Amino acid sequence: MFEVSGFTPVSATIGGGLIGLAAALLWAGSGRIAGISGHLHGLFQRDVPDRARRALFLVGLIGGAALVAAFNPDIVAQRTGVSTLLLISAGLLVGVGTRLGSGCTSGHGVCGIGRGSARSVAATLVFFCAGVATAIFTRHLLTG
Amino acid sequence: MPYIIPALSGLLFGVGLTISGMVDPDKVLAFLDPVGAWDPSLALVMGAALAVFAAVNALVAKRAKPLFAPTFHRPASRTIDRALLAGAAVFGIGWGLAGYCPGPGLAALVFNPREAALFLPAVVLGGWWVDRRLRAARN
Repeated sequence: MFEVSGFTPVSATIGGGLIGLAAALLWAGSGRIAGISGHLHGLFQRDVPDRARRALFLVGLIGGAALVAAFNPDIVAQRTGVSTLLLISAGLLVGVGTRLGSGCTSGHGVCGIGRGSARSVAATLVFFCAGVATAIFTRHLLTG
Repeated sequence: MPYIIPALSGLLFGVGLTISGMVDPDKVLAFLDPVGAWDPSLALVMGAALAVFAAVNALVAKRAKPLFAPTFHRPASRTIDRALLAGAAVFGIGWGLAGYCPGPGLAALVFNPREAALFLPAVVLGGWWVDRRLRAARN
């Protein structure tokens, strides 16, 4: 019923450390929170003056993923069979939730908690619990 | 510098995220859903990222300003309000549905373009809609 499988502790720790380093670079260098949702939503908000800075961070992220993929093309399996409706619904919920809740896994989970923000601790607890409940519900209770 | 730091940080973030395995939504779901077979990797990713960020944050905490910019942009709000909690809950539900939070959603442009093409515009639309509602509520 409960067993550990697919655990990749070495790559998880190295990758996580690099994420922390990236967020630390943006904070110590530019004084900005490395929140992906904040950067993304800001691109489409009215009266946001610094779109170039935001876009560069996001383009850099996609470039970093492409760089690793160039050396290791099979790092992520192509996923098929996830319905269009589910992906669009998930996107809408993530978009609404991160804008309303002022952040996502990076902004709250890494930077916010790392700065000792009580708001980010609360948000992270809530989105982890909601994520776990949703994953269990859709993968076991709905499918039987 | 105003442009080099964000670009470098983004690049490093994308490299780390990909190496960590969190660009694979099935691996994320294997963490969120512990029933059956559980993959604890995400906890180590978060823990390692937090440890490094918190250490650097402690080093720069006494500085009046960042190395290459005039001010630290700290979030203004300090209160745990309904918008924060409701937003986090809605985000969590969306995360648990498809296994994507915004970073891996962007990386899916590289790894699963079909999924990115459906997920990302919906994220932007959702954020834009909240923004419009918030603006209307203020006026």
